[in-house]
Amino acid sequence: MENNISLTLKVWRQNGPTEKGRFETYKLEKVSTDSSFLEMMDILNEQLVNSGQEPIAFDHDCREGICGMCSLYINGRPHGPDDDVTTCQLHMRKFKDGETITIEPWRSAGFPVIKDLIVNRNAFDQIIAAGGYTSVSTGGVPDANALPIPKDDADEAMDAASCIGCGACVAACKNGSAMLFVSAKVSHLALLPQGKVEAARRAKSMVAKMDELGFGNCTNTGACEVECPKSVSISNIARLNREFLKAKFQD
Amino acid sequence: MKLDSKIPEGPLAEKWSKYKANQKLVNPANKRKLDIIVVGTGLAGASAAASFGEMGFNVKNFTIQDSPRRAHSIAAQGGINAAKNYPNDGDSVHRLFYDTVKGGDYRAREANVHRLAEVSNDIIDQCVAQGVPFAREYGGLLDNRSFGGAQVSRTFYAKGQTGQQLLIGAYQALMRQVNAGTVDLYTRTEIVDIVMVDGKARGVIARDLVTGEFQRHFGHAVVLATGGYGNTFFLSTNAMGSNGSAAIKAYQKGAAFANPCFAQIHPTCIPVHGEFQSKLTLMSESLRNDGRIWVPKKKEDAEAIRAGKLKPTQIAEENRDYYLERRYPAFGNLVPRDVASRAAKERCDAGFGVGSTGLAVYLDFKSAIERLGEDAIRARYGNLFQMYEKIVDDNPYDTPMMIYPAIHYTMGGIWVDYELQTTVPGLFAAGEANFSDHGANRLGASALMQGLADGYFVLPYTIQNYLADDISTPRMTGDEKEFVEAEKEAKDKFEKLLAIKGERSVDSIHKELGLVMWDFVGMARTKEGLEEAIEKIAAIKKEFWSNVRIPGSGEGMNVELEKASRLADFISIGDLMARDALNREESCGGHFREEYQTEEGEALRQDDKFAYAACWEYQGDDKAPVMHKEDLTFDVVKVAQRNYK
Amino acid sequence: MGTFFGSSIGRKFVMGLSGLFLIIFLIVHLSVNLCLLVPDGGETFNIAANFMALPLIKFGLQPVLALGFIIHIALAAQLTAQNNKARGNNKYASGNNTKEVMWASKNMGILGIVVLAFLVVHVYDYFVPLQITHSAQEVTINGTTMHDTYSLVKANLQNPVKAILYIIGALGLALHLTHGFWSAFQTVGLNNSIWRKRWTVIGTIFAWAISLGFCVIVVAMLLS
Repeated sequence: MENNISLTLKVWRQNGPTEKGRFETYKLEKVSTDSSFLEMMDILNEQLVNSGQEPIAFDHDCREGICGMCSLYINGRPHGPDDDVTTCQLHMRKFKDGETITIEPWRSAGFPVIKDLIVNRNAFDQIIAAGGYTSVSTGGVPDANALPIPKDDADEAMDAASCIGCGACVAACKNGSAMLFVSAKVSHLALLPQGKVEAARRAKSMVAKMDELGFGNCTNTGACEVECPKSVSISNIARLNREFLKAKFQD
Repeated sequence: MKLDSKIPEGPLAEKWSKYKANQKLVNPANKRKLDIIVVGTGLAGASAAASFGEMGFNVKNFTIQDSPRRAHSIAAQGGINAAKNYPNDGDSVHRLFYDTVKGGDYRAREANVHRLAEVSNDIIDQCVAQGVPFAREYGGLLDNRSFGGAQVSRTFYAKGQTGQQLLIGAYQALMRQVNAGTVDLYTRTEIVDIVMVDGKARGVIARDLVTGEFQRHFGHAVVLATGGYGNTFFLSTNAMGSNGSAAIKAYQKGAAFANPCFAQIHPTCIPVHGEFQSKLTLMSESLRNDGRIWVPKKKEDAEAIRAGKLKPTQIAEENRDYYLERRYPAFGNLVPRDVASRAAKERCDAGFGVGSTGLAVYLDFKSAIERLGEDAIRARYGNLFQMYEKIVDDNPYDTPMMIYPAIHYTMGGIWVDYELQTTVPGLFAAGEANFSDHGANRLGASALMQGLADGYFVLPYTIQNYLADDISTPRMTGDEKEFVEAEKEAKDKFEKLLAIKGERSVDSIHKELGLVMWDFVGMARTKEGLEEAIEKIAAIKKEFWSNVRIPGSGEGMNVELEKASRLADFISIGDLMARDALNREESCGGHFREEYQTEEGEALRQDDKFAYAACWEYQGDDKAPVMHKEDLTFDVVKVAQRNYK
Repeated sequence: MGTFFGSSIGRKFVMGLSGLFLIIFLIVHLSVNLCLLVPDGGETFNIAANFMALPLIKFGLQPVLALGFIIHIALAAQLTAQNNKARGNNKYASGNNTKEVMWASKNMGILGIVVLAFLVVHVYDYFVPLQITHSAQEVTINGTTMHDTYSLVKANLQNPVKAILYIIGALGLALHLTHGFWSAFQTVGLNNSIWRKRWTVIGTIFAWAISLGFCVIVVAMLLS
């Protein structure tokens, strides 16, 4: 049932990439438990604008858990205290009346803060650009049914491909590692015959780019998998290791 | 204004091949000398930018998001249509073409739609080659499902995330070109104006959303693939960042805006539940395959439910009104989107609505669960049910879902000819941003098809036909007076916004606009209502330009400033939508004028008077726009009243 | 593109392999130590210990073992330093509330240091008197004169402080292995969603078997 709750919010504020940040504390009264977390942020921002202050900058777009734009580290967890959801799908009924909520940006050397809660996730694009594709140009491709693909492989590829590129894996990882993200893409394409053709090259270049960008090393804690809003499995990381090692040994 | 649709001569089925055989091409050495600006990285934008890059053009691609992969194409759930006829159920290019024209209530251009149907199969081939993990059968071949408005199974899908997978395919192709150096990608960068040189589009003024700095970019041609303008209504299924600003800039530079009033209202969205609500969530159309839609038969039951005294499960079978099954026995719960939406509104307006607001109807899976078992329903719709439960905190296996229509897609947009060129030479529009293919109503699973058709298989041809005459046009530096002036104009506008220093937040004004739009330019429109809406929108415009409050400055990131600049354009679009709706004295597809309905309350077209695309020409900020007509002729399709009874 | 050993996965591969190598060493070590439990006054154990001191093993395998340790520790230090850098300078103020993550997996460094500290004590207790100073007593069995390793162990472990230290070392090792075992297979790519469960179960059983094996010996020696 719908309730109204009052909250204390400790929010990270930072004016720009090079500025020093700090926590600011805000009070918010009568927030409907039916509202989403980001709608709660909207209410807070409306309150700030109406009092002439700058609203809190945070990333968000589709608000239905698929674009991967929203982030936020809420009370010690990326995407907050609910499981298998993004922040935009998190609802206030997960919080108690009078609770203090700490809201921080993703923290990782690979994701520098741009402003307040917004971080720069451009590194993910760079990793994809390094090889996260099949090298086919538009036109001149065979008929879609020319190559049968076992349903299990297609389904497994789909599970890996469901990654939304939000970066929660990096945010959750004590090592700031991007292995779950990279492995999801390498797995998605390595599982399909279309992607297998250049699987070795792909694994090598994507890992090299990931390392170059300063992401940490995977120590298999599995925190990424727990916090992934799309439940991408770390068995993809084993596959990435396999693909990479195979590729390197063939050199 | 001259509206030349440039439809090639010859029989319908041969027009596209004929066009391709006769068009002008640009040789590889010259492609390197030509720059193309692509605005937007959704299905249309990313696929176009990637294809141009592969061909050897220099591409500059812009997105307001942090990555091309965030574009709202990603949110499409259901699937993508193609005339593959893999299930051997009688599908063909002609049938897909016919269904699309009919589904659009005979307000689309035949030649464009036929081309769309022709290239639909290439899209599937292309996506599979890119590694899009479409659903497959145990034999390893692609699976199909059926969708509204068709009698065949022609929809390809990837779980409930087809848009996501197609966009990621296009995004990856794009990133490959970024890596190859043919595409320069500008993220978190918004187009604030289009630069015209000698009557042609020659570039854009962009604003870096992180630093607040303005940039000048030259291009021999400019492609707008910036999506639809559904967020004019504030509450819609669109993403928060989706906006119509680039389209409005094009309109203000002389591009005609066609059929702005054609907006699709999707019947199965989670109802509005509070003032704080920021967006509406769509529940896939596929739910109507097994869900039955109803409201209480007795008003007192509806009242008791609204007051929280009665639960839907307590209403006996004989006291339920399955109004779609009652009104449309042939199609039942699977009538097209526009029909289902209007029927829900009719019941709620008559006082039978449920939910605390009375603006909701039930979508009930009880009989499907009884028939097929809960496990079968879970396998089909499990993730949708889970999504519903996360939002509403209600278990749809036990109690019926509540749904209500919401703005979803805009069929109207920038007018384009057969080559997807606007009335401004050198300015092209693709995907939802243009008006071309869906007429007055879009069928499910056709938006993805159109976006990718435009980007992969239409623009790469037609843009060459334009650029072939431009090979000796040297690159401009951006220091030409046209660029300097356009930048100054844009800067002035932002400074003007910052200088207002009023009392009201951007969102509060946007919500006010949204309410006016929903009440008067929404599902049911009347002459009086639309006239009132135009007045109210003018008042909102005045309020906005005199009383909006934008904290902070133009330097660095300023989210309120971004929103304000987009709202200014939404207000212009709202006005245009109301004017267009007022002009169109008929009901067709997503546009329903209460004065024009049959005795049973169905949409009544006026083919003799309104078989045209209404194209609006900008006359200046304070002047009413002028309407031009592109007459639609139907040589192949037999125009008829749509009947779903 | 970087070199194999310059890449994160390459280094992790070596880390995993060296870990698996050390696991094999542990099995051998425990097998020899279990001879301590043979109630023959230490004869079997002394013979086994003497076998392990054969020149081939002493000069052939010991350096390899040492190298295994050095690589494992040095890489751990390097990877940890990189990981700390990748985490960034700003730590989360609200800590970490991710559920379902094994404690050991997040504290392999600390556990490694516990094991290393134990190793230092262990080397000081046995390697030094047996192989460097040769200060250990001698005993003659079947005509062969050898170190009386059994008495050395017994004397050492009958000191309760030492016994507790050794038990702590063994427990640290168990925790280190509960994560290290399956993690090594994951890292070298020999894992998937089915084998993950198997490796974790095998790893946990193995870790506690090794650890409890050592503990049993310590307690037996303490009470003997």
